[in-house]
Amino acid sequence: MNYFDKDLASLHDDLVNKKMSVRELTQETFANVKATDAKIGAFLTLNEDAALKQADAIDADGVAADNPLAGIAIGVKDNIVTKGLKTTASSKILANFTPVYDATVVEKLTAAKTITIGKTNMDEFAMGGSTETSAFQTTKNAWDQTKVPGGSSGGSAAAVASGQVPVAFGSDTGGSIRQPASFNGIVGMKPTYGRVSRWGLIAFGSSLDQIGPITRTIKDNATVLSAIAGHDKHDLTSSDKAVPDFAAGLNEGTSVKGMRIGLPKEFLAEGVDDDVRKAILAAADTYRQLGATVDEVSLPHNQYGVAAYYIIASSEASSNLQRFDGIRYGYRAQDVKNLEDVYVKSRSEGFGDEVKRRIMLGTFSLSAGFYDAYFLKAAKVRTVILNDFKAVLKDHDFIMGPVAPTPAFGLGDELMDPITMYMNDVLTIPVNLAGLPGLAVPAGFSNNLPVGMQLIGRPFDEGTLYKAGYAFEQNTDFHSRLPKLGGQN
Amino acid sequence: MNFETTIGLEVHVELKTHSKIFSPSAVEFGDDPNANTNVIDWGYPGVLPTTNKGVVADGIIAALALHATVEQHTHFDRKNYFYPDNPKAYQITQADRPIGHDGWIEIDVDGVKKKVGIEEMHIEEDAGKNTHEKDYSYVDLNRQGTALIEIVSKPDIASPAEAYAYLEALRQRIQFTGISDVKMEEGSMRVDVNISVRPIGQKKFGTKAELKNLNSFNYVRRGLEYEEQRQQKVLMSGGSVRQETRRFDETTGETILMRVKEGADDYRYFPEPDLPALNISDDWIQELDANMPEMPGKRRDRYVNELGLTDYDAMVLTQTKEMSDFFDATVALKADPKIASNYLQGDVNAYLNDNQVDLSATKLTPEHLAGMINLISDGTISTKMAKKVFKALTDGEEPKAYVEAHGLVQLSDPAKLQPIIDDVLAANPQSIEDFNNGKQRAVGYLVGQIMKQTHGQANPTVVNQLLIASLKG
Amino acid sequence: MADRITREQVQHVAGLAKLEFTDTQLDAFTPQLDDIIGLFETLSEVDTEGVEATTNVSDQLNVMREDVAEDWGQSAALLDNAPDAERGYIKVPAIIDESEDD
Repeated sequence: MNYFDKDLASLHDDLVNKKMSVRELTQETFANVKATDAKIGAFLTLNEDAALKQADAIDADGVAADNPLAGIAIGVKDNIVTKGLKTTASSKILANFTPVYDATVVEKLTAAKTITIGKTNMDEFAMGGSTETSAFQTTKNAWDQTKVPGGSSGGSAAAVASGQVPVAFGSDTGGSIRQPASFNGIVGMKPTYGRVSRWGLIAFGSSLDQIGPITRTIKDNATVLSAIAGHDKHDLTSSDKAVPDFAAGLNEGTSVKGMRIGLPKEFLAEGVDDDVRKAILAAADTYRQLGATVDEVSLPHNQYGVAAYYIIASSEASSNLQRFDGIRYGYRAQDVKNLEDVYVKSRSEGFGDEVKRRIMLGTFSLSAGFYDAYFLKAAKVRTVILNDFKAVLKDHDFIMGPVAPTPAFGLGDELMDPITMYMNDVLTIPVNLAGLPGLAVPAGFSNNLPVGMQLIGRPFDEGTLYKAGYAFEQNTDFHSRLPKLGGQN
Repeated sequence: MNFETTIGLEVHVELKTHSKIFSPSAVEFGDDPNANTNVIDWGYPGVLPTTNKGVVADGIIAALALHATVEQHTHFDRKNYFYPDNPKAYQITQADRPIGHDGWIEIDVDGVKKKVGIEEMHIEEDAGKNTHEKDYSYVDLNRQGTALIEIVSKPDIASPAEAYAYLEALRQRIQFTGISDVKMEEGSMRVDVNISVRPIGQKKFGTKAELKNLNSFNYVRRGLEYEEQRQQKVLMSGGSVRQETRRFDETTGETILMRVKEGADDYRYFPEPDLPALNISDDWIQELDANMPEMPGKRRDRYVNELGLTDYDAMVLTQTKEMSDFFDATVALKADPKIASNYLQGDVNAYLNDNQVDLSATKLTPEHLAGMINLISDGTISTKMAKKVFKALTDGEEPKAYVEAHGLVQLSDPAKLQPIIDDVLAANPQSIEDFNNGKQRAVGYLVGQIMKQTHGQANPTVVNQLLIASLKG
Repeated sequence: MADRITREQVQHVAGLAKLEFTDTQLDAFTPQLDDIIGLFETLSEVDTEGVEATTNVSDQLNVMREDVAEDWGQSAALLDNAPDAERGYIKVPAIIDESEDD
């Protein structure tokens, strides 16, 4: 079976009412993944044996009516560590790496009795926007297999969009949840920095990284976020703020009437595809019709986000990835004469080009004589960008705009030109720099490729984004259009 | 040509915490390699550090003990370098805002007192240990993540003797705070040294050499003395000192070139993004200050001014906190301070040296020592008998019970002593004559004879009084 | 185009990062890095006079763990994962320069 027509609530009802067992659901999920993944390439590792055991255990206990996630199949991005289940971050340097502990998010999901179907493909160490920097395989867009699925959480997005799983988890450092969700016509949330524990997320840019859910609908997304969010004693940057029941919030009312929405002019500036612009302007009209006010606002330093981001994220990454040195775990080069060889050869053979490029940029930005001009300057520009957002969000409930300047591009189109690739993140990156929540919502099509809208909120106000996203979803039908996968549906 | 010397000391002090600075693994030594390690200590993918509050508290205590300003807005930084004992290939340390800065301690070289400035002190994690064998090195990460305080001196130290005095004073103050054992032989205190010389009058500092393998304060002094001479010779012969790292050879007392440094290392420091900043409150600092053990200087003043000890006695008693605490507890039990001081410096120290143990590892207690001293003071036992009693104390015996059980009670009753004195005088007419001729040592001889007759149990004070009276009578 | 980063600098940075590149790779890499650094330099257009740096956007401050030791029981599994281990130690080719070792 596939998950095109089933949301979490209906699956839950079926399991509670024993219309099917968790084992049956899990078996059918694997059958479908195996049938479709040759075309999509979403999964790197399947977890079938353990998943079926877990399914049997849940069946034995019965699915509790008050646990909406029990027995639900999930996909987990391969940079989130899973105890006993190979975790590679799509890098050769971790090709045979089996973690000895679970990420907090995974622990929480296990406690909620979800079933991990497998680990999803991604750009190597989450560095990229097309999943093409993966050392292992290419993932294709669910709508058009000549197009990229976006990235870096391309495997997770393609898995959900192609109906393989109802929920998958991604990580977002500069747009890595929102952009692939947008490219695949589904919903993706990058929570406020600190909302979700990073313990067990293989670090890329530590001050930017967040884990978040990718789903077909807003409500499913809200349900899942509540399950994974909250303070974690292992992550001192995780917030101790109470986690609302976001899905319950949607039942209480989702009117956007009276809300003030900011639409930054910079988000529709040059470089943004015409169809994307039209879709966002149409979405603004939808919100107006629903009783909200949409103002043109300005984030005057938005254009500097890309440069600031690539300095900060690369600097942090250059340090975070030093631990991959061939000494304690992971790949150790064989043909070595001394310790220096272990370091240099293991790293040079183990990392791909894009990862090396970022390590080089980060190392350079932190090195003696360049720190002030690059790292420190970028950290100051980050403050300026943060202040731009604060000013707009002071009198606006949220900000709307596109997720990406274009719909999904062709496989191989951008890989050769780093700057073009980096500029693609211009609309998502500033949100990470500011630590704000950002939600990708399906908002249109361009030549049969999905176009996503991005909603950006105040810190820890994911609830407003879900409400606004839900209101939009209820009044449009973009989310209900389905990709054609070899005539299966 | 006359030279002046500038010495800089970087002292690493290992803290006595239960858990590591950024991981809850136990701080224990002597276990199997890698036994006390977890995924954080191994720098596993996805792990995050968590700051140990006890280490931050110790950092504040060290800053207070060294008269430094506590930096209330502080954070951690990453220092990046690859090494097998450094699992993340970065060390979490404090570069930008160390927890304490601008402190000082007083040193004393041959009675000349001087204040030496402390630039800064910061808290950081220790590395693991590498063992080297022929073709391979072996990495043990048990020590990885143990908390350290690094204390950096200002360039105020002008001689090897001052460096030695600085280390003594620093060790003593840190030891009194109780945050570390500060033992070089056990690695809980480690010293990095740099030294430069310049012709007197030259404004610019000379080129520094770093010295390694200095495993005792004496080696620090000897290494610096050698290096001071070496650099002066280089300059006098018209050469120039290179920036280099040199190793002290314990057998020859020389320093040997290890490597010439080319430019500064590039550690690419930046703020640790995984740890939120710390705002240390006034309340916390005041609380720690209020609970701070009394420092050696204050104790010395008290011993001299309130207890009437000499400066020397006060100095010796405050060598370690353990000894000083023991002394205070003994005196608090009404033991005579001077006698307590003498016992601690004499019999107790000798016992510790003979057995190579710390005071805490013995069966001696302030209660027992005070009990014995009080028996001496009230005349129950003689100091000679006390020798025996002290030995019993080291076996954990209670002094009063021991004295009673062994009949070690002193003979002080004049009615019992006088007949013995009379007998001795009768047997030694020559001594009486000598006394009458003004020879005082005759008294000593006679006392000795009386003690012999009483098998050492006579109270010497009473014997003296009775004897003199008899002789003059 | 003015060189923002030279081939020699690229090699120096690679040394710090423990990476090595062939000549062909350097030929391709150097101009790419140069272009990206050019992008970085657009930041100089932003006035940051008197602006504090932002290096962390967590809402947490003063969060610490109590000093209590915990045994997570992971050491055997960690040693199992090491590429080379012996007698409980992680084994690596001999360290030649011992200058950092203390």
